[in-house]
Amino acid sequence: MADVNRGDRPLSPHLQIYRPQLNSMTSILTRITGNALVVGGLLVTWWFLAAAAGPEAFATADGVLTSWFGDLVMVLSLWALWYHTLAGLRHLFWDTGRGFSLDLVSKLGWGVIGGSVVLTVLTVLIV
Amino acid sequence: MVQLTLPKNSKIRTGKTWPKPEGATDLKRFDIYRWNPDDGENPRVDTYFVDLDACGPMMLDALIKIKNEIDPTLAFRRSCREGICGSCSMNIDGVNVLACIYGIDEVKGDVKIYPLPHMPVVKDLIPDLTHFYAQHEYVSPWLETKSNTPQGEWRQSIDDRKKLDGLYECIMCACCSTACPSYWWNQDKFLGPAALLHAYRWIVDSRDEATGERLDDLEDPFKLYRCHTIMNCARTCPKGLNPAEAIMEIKKLMVERAV
Repeated sequence: MADVNRGDRPLSPHLQIYRPQLNSMTSILTRITGNALVVGGLLVTWWFLAAAAGPEAFATADGVLTSWFGDLVMVLSLWALWYHTLAGLRHLFWDTGRGFSLDLVSKLGWGVIGGSVVLTVLTVLIV
Repeated sequence: MVQLTLPKNSKIRTGKTWPKPEGATDLKRFDIYRWNPDDGENPRVDTYFVDLDACGPMMLDALIKIKNEIDPTLAFRRSCREGICGSCSMNIDGVNVLACIYGIDEVKGDVKIYPLPHMPVVKDLIPDLTHFYAQHEYVSPWLETKSNTPQGEWRQSIDDRKKLDGLYECIMCACCSTACPSYWWNQDKFLGPAALLHAYRWIVDSRDEATGERLDDLEDPFKLYRCHTIMNCARTCPKGLNPAEAIMEIKKLMVERAV
């Protein structure tokens, strides 16, 4: 095959210039929330482990996780969990070969964003 | 591999601002990516001003006007000027389009024009598509048969012919593949939306007798499955096709034959 980079050809710009669109942003957010949830999961695990380790360790962990910053992280994790779940359902729907029209892709995208916010607020109010 | 920033030789410098045409009342500013293989310098973005009162309505009209009247060294591909040859694909205002069927008035404010993203640049707005074409060839985009050749034609029912609608119209402009982040990061192993749409066009063709072999060729962690349904391909296709949907149909066939 031909050498595609003879003459030290530059690489054309990509992320730097491509316009962020609903479909690509909801896609990358799925991955970001999935990775962020690993951190959220570890924090909850730390909380449980500390509870098992003794009152002093639990007091430290509980103090951090129920501080305003801990609450913020947990609420964001809650949103990430709902977002990732709904985006996962969208992927399952796509896996059946449906929902590929651009119109429906947009509607599902807004549905995932709106649904995750509504469900997060409901969860905070109820729990 | 994912590389979020541009390599050193690809970083973009500030370029030259060309003089405004005299006596014009309806000026539009165009910022255009330039790279000259002969001067050993990094790419730059040059600024041009076009008098819209004396210019055709499409982006390609503006590019041709710039080349004719302001800067003859500006290089870009073009041919049919009616959206069927696929030559003038480029990134305008952040999305991949055919310059000939994209109206100047569709962009509010200044127009930014770059070559198709994440490709080696030959000169200015011309990317090297050698690898992209090789991927097309890889999927054997022709009829494969084992039966004896019929006396007349390879016949096909009207219903089976309809299955090719939305697939055969692809003009290989590369807008979709170069809009796909998966293709940016893995174009050495992932075939990309255009080649996969063509693969499906032959897989679903009732006359083709190599469906099993075609699916075998795509059974691989990268060639097909690097598609994560980001949908940039369908969003950008100037012909209104949906490569993501075709790719999902191939994935479904993979599952169906495995269970």
